[in-house]
Amino acid sequence: MYTQGLDSKADQGAQPSPRLVTDNDIRFQERIDAEEKIEPRDWMPDGYRRTLVRQIAQHAHSEIVGMLPEGNWITRAPSLRRKVALLAKVQDEGGHGLYLYSAAETLGVSRDELVEQLLAGKAKYSSIFNYPTLTWADIGAIGWLVDGAAIMNQVPLCRCSYGPYARAMIRVCREESFHQRQGYELMLALANGTAEQKRMAQDALNRWWWPSLMMFGPSDDQSAHSAQNMAWKIKRFSNDELRQRFVDATVPQAEFLGLTIPDPDLRLNAETGHYEFGAIDWSEFNEILKGNGPCNRERLEARRKAWDEGAWVREAATAHAAKRAQRHLKNVG
Amino acid sequence: MTIDTQQALFGFALRLGDTSLVLGHRLSEWCGHAPELEEDIALTNIALDLVGHARLWLSLAGEAEGQGRDEDRLAYRRDVFDYRNHLLVEQPNRDFGHTIVRQFLHDAWAVELYERLATSPDAGVAGIAAKALKEVRYHVQHSAEWVIRLGDGTAVSHAKTQEALDRLWPYTGEMFEADAASSALAAAGIAPALADLRATWAARVADTVAEATLTRPADGWMHKGGLRGEHSEHLGYLLAEMQFLPRAYPDAVW
Repeated sequence: MYTQGLDSKADQGAQPSPRLVTDNDIRFQERIDAEEKIEPRDWMPDGYRRTLVRQIAQHAHSEIVGMLPEGNWITRAPSLRRKVALLAKVQDEGGHGLYLYSAAETLGVSRDELVEQLLAGKAKYSSIFNYPTLTWADIGAIGWLVDGAAIMNQVPLCRCSYGPYARAMIRVCREESFHQRQGYELMLALANGTAEQKRMAQDALNRWWWPSLMMFGPSDDQSAHSAQNMAWKIKRFSNDELRQRFVDATVPQAEFLGLTIPDPDLRLNAETGHYEFGAIDWSEFNEILKGNGPCNRERLEARRKAWDEGAWVREAATAHAAKRAQRHLKNVG
Repeated sequence: MTIDTQQALFGFALRLGDTSLVLGHRLSEWCGHAPELEEDIALTNIALDLVGHARLWLSLAGEAEGQGRDEDRLAYRRDVFDYRNHLLVEQPNRDFGHTIVRQFLHDAWAVELYERLATSPDAGVAGIAAKALKEVRYHVQHSAEWVIRLGDGTAVSHAKTQEALDRLWPYTGEMFEADAASSALAAAGIAPALADLRATWAARVADTVAEATLTRPADGWMHKGGLRGEHSEHLGYLLAEMQFLPRAYPDAVW
């Protein structure tokens, strides 16, 4: 699904500013400026590599952790058609995790290392997945809002300067936009349904709206390394620009559903054509980043439990592969 | 008791639909919790196929019954005693070994059944079977490979898998049990006699179990009851979870 929080000042490992000291640095930046794709074997500055590993890993972890809140409703989906759609969506997310880990591996880290960092609580994933899915409408809200916000962020990543990431994102975006339409259609069914269903839909919008706006990361004046990431064409638009686009696209969709966005300050500015919205409560965002969200502990616990309880299975697969290889050698020899 | 072909189709499609749905539900419980990412994707994908088969069978059942019940009405508004799935598939996941052994014992049966149903003179049955066959061939390959990896892996995995095989084996007899519906369809030449699947099923299972260095349990006492709605205690909880929304909001359309 998605990555965020990259630009918070607390992040480690980013280069504070570009320092074009060597010929390599200069040539690298020229290639970027000429919109050439950087490939795994090409020379790249350490900071570029570190930033990409961090971003792609965070993105991959978000896909995997994101399977949990949605997976929470697979067994309770209210029709077989909805169940199949949700299974397919969560499966797609696992697939996104897989290609993203592969893209990160082209930069010289292994998937196991990245997974260990996640399980040790040292790696980030999108904080949106630390919110609970309390009713069926949350599945619609996640598709509509969370995937909608993810798409705003990810479409520009299809033009990211790093080739393997850009190519992975093309496939991811195609699937995400399908998920977003599906989520909206689910919300539409609720909004046009019984009074209880409509209440469920409004309640989900109330809970998911602000966290969705936070998915774009801190506002530009609080963002630590946007400038360098922009110069490297890892990032193409600022957090605030993308957030504004999301609000502009989403408000009319909420109106069409007949639902109310939980922001008394929201209004259309006739001169700019943009919606103005109220202040975001960044203290909530920061608490979640610190691990204090409603589900931070549950999400990591679930991942660790799956990993620990699966250890004997992975060991068996490794042992069997070794036995097979040995038998093969004997037969050949 | 003799029943007409439409009643028999209803009963048979319900048996296959319920069995696919309950097994798909069990696999979907793994989503996000599997031992590795590839397996998370594979188990979810198989669950997706099985729920897809359930939709086709339950829709066919509803048409054969002619009372206006569609797939959701049948899936979400029947209680335990009206479910006709095999007891094997409602057994809990327990661990990955039990899940894989349960899956393999079922998949090996499903391949045999669908191969025969795919040439059924009943176009509805043959169409569903032909589609499902492509998928269950992949399922049995996946589950057999895992039985072999786990059986012929480490001492721990061997012991766990043998335990699962011993525990689940007494649930395999029911898959070959004839009921009024399957007997009527067999007599009409629409479906095979289920007992006829046993020899090829047993041969496939024996090959895989041997390659996995496991011991095939002896055929002794077999659990029965699913076909007449007498289930294990596990199914009630599964249905309570699955049916919660349509039961809580009976007037809603989702």
